[in-house]
Amino acid sequence: MEDLRRTPLHDLHASLGAKMVPFAGWDMPVQYPMGVLNEHLHTRAAAGLFDVSHMGQVILRGENAARALETLVPADIEGLSPGRQRYGLFTNEQGGILDDLMIASKTGAGGDHLFLVVNAACADQDIEHLRKLEALGISVEPVTDRALLALQGPGAETALAALVPGGAGMRFMDVADLDWEGTTLWVSRSGYTGEDGFEISVPAARAEDLARALLAQDGVAPIGLGARDSLRLEAGLPLYGHDMSADVTPAQAGLGWSIQKVRRTGGAREGGFPGADRILPELGAATRTRRGLRPTGRAPIREGVALFDAAEGGNEIGTVTSGGFGPSLGGPMAMAIIPAEIPDGATVHAELRGRRIPVTVVPTPFVKPTYKR
Amino acid sequence: MLKYTEDHEWLRAEGDEIVVGITRHASEQLGDVVFVELPEEGREVEAGEEIVVIESVKAASDIVAPVSGTVTAVNAALADAPGGVNDDPMAAWFFRIRPADGVSLDGFMDEAAYNELIG
Repeated sequence: MEDLRRTPLHDLHASLGAKMVPFAGWDMPVQYPMGVLNEHLHTRAAAGLFDVSHMGQVILRGENAARALETLVPADIEGLSPGRQRYGLFTNEQGGILDDLMIASKTGAGGDHLFLVVNAACADQDIEHLRKLEALGISVEPVTDRALLALQGPGAETALAALVPGGAGMRFMDVADLDWEGTTLWVSRSGYTGEDGFEISVPAARAEDLARALLAQDGVAPIGLGARDSLRLEAGLPLYGHDMSADVTPAQAGLGWSIQKVRRTGGAREGGFPGADRILPELGAATRTRRGLRPTGRAPIREGVALFDAAEGGNEIGTVTSGGFGPSLGGPMAMAIIPAEIPDGATVHAELRGRRIPVTVVPTPFVKPTYKR
Repeated sequence: MLKYTEDHEWLRAEGDEIVVGITRHASEQLGDVVFVELPEEGREVEAGEEIVVIESVKAASDIVAPVSGTVTAVNAALADAPGGVNDDPMAAWFFRIRPADGVSLDGFMDEAAYNELIG
């Protein structure tokens, strides 16, 4: 078995009684003694602290780094103000999605730069991909000496502000460098739970101290990857490798919104990214799109379950890309890419253990986000 | 006296029936149970047949019939409150079965043997 990588919080997880699992080559906490269900509910009611240090952190520097990154990502990055963050995609020549990422525009001590956070499983590939920008004079600097924590939930602001007062003044998708006891934290007001909250990049050597200081705040509990998955699914947030992939286009994944007008057909910086000729005409016109599903009854329908347009016979219309039980929703939920012509409110049929279960097509999110805009 | 199967079920003989549940070890391994699908009462089942589906927050699992026989009763309360499997697994019985060959738990593990199995 391959050696699993360990985050700077590995010892902390052990001391908190975490159950560890391999995830994207890392040894990660899937749950703590509280359990997935209660960790999920706790995050929505108070605050959860997640170790997301397995995710890739990358800095891009150089003249026109924003314009250079636009050759790989179909988002408006030139228009991103310093101190702000935006969601984007890496696309391929076929119009598929190579990964999704967060892009922050930052100024400060190190000069103007872009700070990216990419998925753990794709990090090596993404960094190779980004190195194409070196030909444009951009330096690509993987950040390997920092941990990444996510603090999420209605209690996140108070908990962070107790240590770092500047956190409270940020709004959704702001980024800032904030001082904590002489250590510079790279903070963004964003996350992957549908809750208000923060992601905090901290030097590895200070990560455990910061995590312990946050866990000492009222209402903050450690939360594992299990609850992270049910939280993001309730919030209708797609997961790379499941709800999108190299074979799924932005429009099909329901992520056309991440391509701003200026990059679209007729925009001032139209196209100029991989797969633009396939991706742009499909915006608003995809024949298949990612949708929400609510199964009848309590049985979850999980990834890979086939969907049909009839209770018996009929045609297979897609498969579940993510599915499970929503603790806050109080029932099962799923996402799938199905024909766009099927309206919200329609009934489709999931084949589960040889039986077909009626499933209602619904808009996402399943649980309304509480971002602090 | 309780007996145990290698599939992490507990078995309790009551009259001409066996009551079946899962062990605390099994419920902890499963994680939070969110859905339980029970067999029809009166169903004739074979030993080893998968007759209960348990869905936790993590995955789906099955419970098999420990012996061949007839399902005489199911714990319908679990369908509405599946979390009982985690809260008190020894009380959260799934079904009662009337063995075709009469009640005998001789072939199953006692508590010491089961504890050895789960280490």
